[in-house]
Amino acid sequence: MTPEVGSFSSGRGPRLFTGGGRRGSVISTISTVVVLAIFAAIFAFSPGARTVAHAFFYPKDAWQAFVGDPRKGYYSVGAAIWLNIRMFLVAEALILPFALLIALIRQSVHPTLFPIRVLATIYVDFFRGVPLLLVVLALGLGVPGLYLPVISHQPDAVYGVAALVLSYSAYVSEVYRAGLNSVHRSQVAAARSLGLSQRTALRYVILPQAVRNIIPPLLNDFISLQKDTALVGVLGVIEANQAADIYASATFNYSSFAVAAILFLILTIPLARFTDGLIERDRRRRLAGATT
Amino acid sequence: MSAILVEELHKSFGPNEVLKGINLSVDSHEVICLIGASGSGKSTLLRCINLLEPINSGRIILLGQDITAPNIDANLVRRQIGIVFQSFNLFPHMTVLRNVTLAPSKVLRMPARQAAEEARELLSRFGLLDKQDDYPDRLSGGQQQRVAIVRALAMRPQIMLLDEVTSALDPELVAEVLEVIGELAAGGMTMVIATHEMGFAREIANRVCFLEEGRIIEDAPPAELFTDPKDERTRRFLRRIVEAKRL
Repeated sequence: MTPEVGSFSSGRGPRLFTGGGRRGSVISTISTVVVLAIFAAIFAFSPGARTVAHAFFYPKDAWQAFVGDPRKGYYSVGAAIWLNIRMFLVAEALILPFALLIALIRQSVHPTLFPIRVLATIYVDFFRGVPLLLVVLALGLGVPGLYLPVISHQPDAVYGVAALVLSYSAYVSEVYRAGLNSVHRSQVAAARSLGLSQRTALRYVILPQAVRNIIPPLLNDFISLQKDTALVGVLGVIEANQAADIYASATFNYSSFAVAAILFLILTIPLARFTDGLIERDRRRRLAGATT
Repeated sequence: MSAILVEELHKSFGPNEVLKGINLSVDSHEVICLIGASGSGKSTLLRCINLLEPINSGRIILLGQDITAPNIDANLVRRQIGIVFQSFNLFPHMTVLRNVTLAPSKVLRMPARQAAEEARELLSRFGLLDKQDDYPDRLSGGQQQRVAIVRALAMRPQIMLLDEVTSALDPELVAEVLEVIGELAAGGMTMVIATHEMGFAREIANRVCFLEEGRIIEDAPPAELFTDPKDERTRRFLRRIVEAKRL
């Protein structure tokens, strides 16, 4: 496939910014090469290029950071990324339902739910406003200090995941809310007029449409979440970023960070492409051969 | 016993009173057409009968049951009434067949197989069987509206409410929808139809009600209302319709 860095085509929707066709791909190839060449030149001709290349992109150090060396006390960045993946998956599985619950509470209109609605609003305001790093520290250092049975005796990664869930659920609940609002009220009327209860209408008519509408921003938040698992490292948890940091402090070579960066990219890029694929498939299924 | 009996129905949206004391009686197997300018309260009346809008005062008796009583289960009431909207409101994320089977299977708890069979029967009756696996976006407006009618019929309602179902359609697509409604009338379905199609109202209705500013001004058989309206306001409205060459 031809790289398309120079054009704005995303593969979905009308291609507003490309000429398309063979001529288009020739142009995009040339502009890609030119752009990359300019960046390479800026880097190569900068005074400190050699030093930086050695500090950040030295293959030997990169490999050593990737595999780790227990005798020297280096953790493997490649192994540590599994913890990021696990934290991400667990957090994700908890955020999706929890954020939906928050969104539904905030969307509810029943008078008896008023106090919970206020709580939900305060929750969202609070966790969107406080930096995630502080939430991680507060839970990771504070909860063990409470000396509660069970709750205070968890591995640090658990407190990290809890912080991610609390913080991200606040964001994701707002995304859900936007999605719920994007479904036209007439859809509710149509569902209710058929005798569907509020719950059934929500489950089969409103939510599926809402979720379809918010897949791009939802996935955007998840990509962000994958990266933010690195913040849990401040608790001393050996995840990829922390492993890279330990290597760098011991060797004064930062190639370990480049390794961590590449590993995070390998995680996030497929997710982004997968999202594009989902959106495209849904669009094509619904619009192909439209007669109106 | 009337199928629908509306007594002194009042409905306001904020300070704006849309229905100012509606009285209407619809017998079983009767077809009533509501005519009147936009904003006269036709749609609101239909939405009130289907309990989609809470009312301010008055009563609505459906098949002998007061559905405006406080402890009524709106979901049970709505099962007996089918409503079709101007804007179709099909579920865009479901195929035609799923649109039709959703309510029977989730509300009536009909087995999936039976629901699909009955849906296909209805779809083929209205010439839509070959569209069963299509998504609504792929259908013409007329086809979408016919699917919406089939979707309502799948709940086997006793009464159908049609809210300007042809108003959003291109002129050449109106006939196919009116044909379906004609077929329902011939089959003895009790219907209340808000419409701007005067010719159609004259042809199909047992009675025509002219609404203006939230009141039923005149309620008479079509032959009488269209040729010899009693009220000056009805006459004025019909004159404008004739001038617009819509009658």
